[in-house]
Amino acid sequence: MCLAVPGKIVSAEECNGLRSARVQFGGITRQVSLDFVPEAAVGDYVLVHVGFAISVVNAEEAQRTYQLLEEMGVLEEELPQEAEVADEGRR
Amino acid sequence: MKYLDEYRDERIAHGLVAEITRCVTRPWVLMEICGGQTHTIMRYGLDELLPPEIELVHGPGCPVCVTPLETIDKAIALALRPDVTLVSYGDMLRVPGSNSDLFRAKAQGGDVRIAYSPLEAVKVARANPDRKVVFLAIGFETTAPPNAMAAFQAKREGLKNFSMLVSHVLVPPAIRALMTSRQNRVQAFIAPGHVCTVMGFQEYEALVRDFAVPIVVGGFEPADLLEAVLMLVKQLEQGEARIENQYVRSVSYAGNLAAQQIMKEVFEVADQKWRGIGPIPNSGLRLREEYRAHDANKVFDLQLVTADEPAECISAMVLQGLKKPTDCPAFAMRCTPENPLGAPMVSAEGACAAYYHYRRHTVAS
Ligand code: SF4
Repeated sequence: MCLAVPGKIVSAEECNGLRSARVQFGGITRQVSLDFVPEAAVGDYVLVHVGFAISVVNAEEAQRTYQLLEEMGVLEEELPQEAEVADEGRR
Repeated sequence: MKYLDEYRDERIAHGLVAEITRCVTRPWVLMEICGGQTHTIMRYGLDELLPPEIELVHGPGCPVCVTPLETIDKAIALALRPDVTLVSYGDMLRVPGSNSDLFRAKAQGGDVRIAYSPLEAVKVARANPDRKVVFLAIGFETTAPPNAMAAFQAKREGLKNFSMLVSHVLVPPAIRALMTSRQNRVQAFIAPGHVCTVMGFQEYEALVRDFAVPIVVGGFEPADLLEAVLMLVKQLEQGEARIENQYVRSVSYAGNLAAQQIMKEVFEVADQKWRGIGPIPNSGLRLREEYRAHDANKVFDLQLVTADEPAECISAMVLQGLKKPTDCPAFAMRCTPENPLGAPMVSAEGACAAYYHYRRHTVAS
């Protein structure tokens, strides 16, 4: 829960009055809020903590950090399935 | 155990270790605050690479571990109410309360859901207007702005069925409490990189000044931590005490102002109890009066009797850097990640769990 995972912004949109993006982490993408990084644009790499981008980082570092987190086996905990809540909510 | 041999930046790391060894002339006790950093240190055996003069002790920086027993008990009681849906970050589910945990509450039919982001909890409330949705909002300064955004959004949308059970902790007051403790052994701190990404490091200047203690903001990768250790050792050996920033690629002096703004809008500083440690003045956050309609403590009548921690759990000493997890008689015997007696055995960032995963066998042999 102290960690932040770097990912690449693949698309951005407004959603419920908040600026939101699809961010790619390795093979998966997640919905991420861009409210704290107004300067971030599509193609940028951001550090993401509990669904919020907290800083913009450079691409090379982002990739290195991602590989390291993967190697440490912490990605599953930091990027759990987002479906559980949303799907049950729609039932 | 996995050592540095599989770590890409091995050469950099060994260079840093050599430089640290060259600089050090006396024993020093350094504390990393953040549980994520503890995890890296254990995972890559960094403590064992360092010269014997340097002792790394592990701080209270695991929000899961320091969430008070009372808060866990409240969350369990809420989860068991038929009208409530309790939403939590995944690592809270196995944290032991007085008599149960959220995982068991879920097995008993409680509606407990795991969220990856606080906005998902808001989504659940939106989609289920007939349910009272409570989000267990824990964390350090890194998590406070996202959690604040959930309350902000719920208020803006007028979502009457969304509330938060807040248990937020702040790092600088914890360092102050450690430094003023008579038992303190820590001589320098590695400050947590992601907390400082949000808050900047200006808050740490007062600590450096008041206690003449060196503080270096550090990242989470092995080379980051070794570099932070080197920067601290250089200061200590030269009798200096400054705040320095090792994690420049993410941390600035002022931090993330947009994040700080939403945090201030929604939360105010309050006294906070830390599990295992006790109350620390001004070390937490609570929802402001304007957000009382979304404060689970005000929405629900939550009077509970809380039992004490199991007597054999020494997590208080572990979280203050006074004892190592392996000093605990229950470690890896009666206390394991599957059956944790204390919170530091639950989260991957808890010191006891980190030792369990990476040091259990070395200790046993
Ligand atoms: S090993 Fe278990 S019982 Fe011992 S201090 Fe850690 S959490 Fe508590």
